[in-house]
Amino acid sequence: MALTGLFLCLFLVGHLLGNLQLLIPGDDGQRAFNEYAYFMTHNPFIKILSYLTYFSILFHAVDGLVLTIQNKKARPIKYAYNKPERNSKLPSRYMAILGSAILIFIIMHMANFWAVMHFQEDIPLEKMTYVFESPSGESVDFDYYTTHNNGVTINNFRNHVPVSAVEKDSLTGKSDVVIKNQTEFYVDGQKKKIAEGYKDLHSITLAFFGHDKEDKAGLPANEYAIVAVLLYVLAMVVLAFHLWHGFASAFQTLGFKNEKYTKLLDGFGKVFSVLVPLGFAIIPIILFLTK
Amino acid sequence: MKLTLKIWRQKNANDKGGIKTYSLDNVSEHMSFLEMMDVLNEQIIAEGKEEPIAFDHDCREGICGMCSMHINGQPHGPDRAITTCQLHMRSFNDGDTIYIEPWRAKGFPVIKDLVVDRSAFDRIQHAGGFVSVGTSGNTQDANAIPIPKADADKAFDAATCIGCGACVAACKNASAMLFVSAKVSQFALLPQGKVEAKRRVLNMVEQMDKEGFGNCTNTGACSVECPKEISLENIARMNREYLKASVTGE
Repeated sequence: MALTGLFLCLFLVGHLLGNLQLLIPGDDGQRAFNEYAYFMTHNPFIKILSYLTYFSILFHAVDGLVLTIQNKKARPIKYAYNKPERNSKLPSRYMAILGSAILIFIIMHMANFWAVMHFQEDIPLEKMTYVFESPSGESVDFDYYTTHNNGVTINNFRNHVPVSAVEKDSLTGKSDVVIKNQTEFYVDGQKKKIAEGYKDLHSITLAFFGHDKEDKAGLPANEYAIVAVLLYVLAMVVLAFHLWHGFASAFQTLGFKNEKYTKLLDGFGKVFSVLVPLGFAIIPIILFLTK
Repeated sequence: MKLTLKIWRQKNANDKGGIKTYSLDNVSEHMSFLEMMDVLNEQIIAEGKEEPIAFDHDCREGICGMCSMHINGQPHGPDRAITTCQLHMRSFNDGDTIYIEPWRAKGFPVIKDLVVDRSAFDRIQHAGGFVSVGTSGNTQDANAIPIPKADADKAFDAATCIGCGACVAACKNASAMLFVSAKVSQFALLPQGKVEAKRRVLNMVEQMDKEGFGNCTNTGACSVECPKEISLENIARMNREYLKASVTGE
C-alpha cells in the first residue's frame, strides 16, 4: 500500500503540472496542452511509467480490498457502543471508502477522457487559423491542421494540412486528403502517410467544462458542465482527505518515523494533501467561469 | 450517584451473549471503576437471581495489565494513560448510562462476560519476545556494556507495555501492532537484543498474523488509548526491523 501510494503521489504531481497547461490562454495553451498530450502518449519512457501507474492503481485497490476484508474479519463481533472519534482522526478510519470513491472517479475520468483519447475514431484534430492580408487589402483566414511530422507540400504549405484539403468536395464527394487511424493524414487513394495531426484534447476538455468549441473543433458546450465541475471538485475533496492520512501513513509503514523528521514529513504531507487536490480542482472551476 | 449500567453478559465461550441493563444506586465518586463493579456484584449476589459478573482484575494499581473493559466506547474508559482500575467514578456524572463490553477481537475470544482470553499475546511473546542469556560462568557487570542514554530510555519506554490489549481493543482493525512493536523495540534498541533481532521480529509478526489480528492502518488509536502511552514510533521501528530482516534474514 505504502509504496504504490507514494508512487501515485508522484504521479499526481506530474499529472497536475500537465493539467495546469490548460490555464495557458489562447492558441499557445492549446498548442502546449496538445503537444504535451502527444508526448505523453508517444514517449517510450512515459509508456513504461503509464503501465507502472495502471499497475499501481490496480495493486493499491486490490491490496486495499484484501486488507479491509482481513481487518473486518479480525473483529467478528462489533462493539455495541464505540467512540472512535475519541482516539483517531476521521480520514484515517475511512480510507477504504475514500479510496473506493476515488476509484469510481478514476473510472469515470477514464471513460470521459482516456477512452475518448484512445478510441474515438472521429476525434477532433487540432486546427489553427492563420490570418493574412490579401493583395487587395482585406484580411483572409486560412485554417490548417497542425501536424507533428513534416508533411508533404500541399497547396504550398509545409508542416500543415489545410482544412480545405480534407473537406469533401460538394460535387464529387471526394477530398484530397483523408484522415485515418484518428490522426494520420493520407492523400486520398495513396498508401503513404503524409503527416500526423494532434488530437485536440484541449478543445475536448474545454468543451467538457462548458466552453463552446462548435465552430473550431465541432464540439458544442457540455450541457451538464456544472455537474462535471461539481463532481470533479467533490472527487478532489475526497482525494484531499485520502492523502491527509495516506501520505504520512505511507512513511510510517515504511518505517520512517523519528523525532527528527516526523514533524517535517507530517507537515509536508498536510501541505501536499491540500495543495495538490486544490491545484486539480481550480482548473475546471476556472475553465467553467471563463467559458 | 445513580448509574444505569449496560453490561455484556455471556455464560461461556459458546454462548451468544448480550447486553443486560443494571441499575446501581449510592455509587461514591471516590470509588474506582472496579470497586463500583464489586458493589454491583454484591447487589447481584444479594438478589440471588443470577451469577455475578466475571471481569479480569489483579493488582488494581495500574501495572499488571489484567483489567480489560471497554467502557463507553473506549478501552479503559474516557480518561487517558490509565487502566480501568485507575479510573474513578468521579469521571462520570450522576444519572449516566455506562456501556461495559469486553475487548472485541478475533484474537481475544470471550471466556465469560467481560473476561477475554489474551493468551494470544503470550504465544506472540513465546515466538521471540526474549533474549537468550548464557548462564554458565560469572555474571557480567551490567555496566560493562555501554548503551546510549537515549536508546536505554526508548527501550525502557517500550518495556513499560503491560500487555493489557487496549491497543487491540481500540484499533478499528483489531491489530496488535502496538503491543508487538513494543516487545520488539525493547530488545531491538539494546545490544543484548541484537543477537536474535532478525529472527525475533520475523517470528513474532508471523505469530501475530496467525492469531488473527488485523493489519495496521496507522490510525493511531492504539497509542492514544494505551495506558502506558506506548509511541507509534515503535511500530515504525518494527516495520524497519521487519523490512531489514526480510531482506537480510536467514
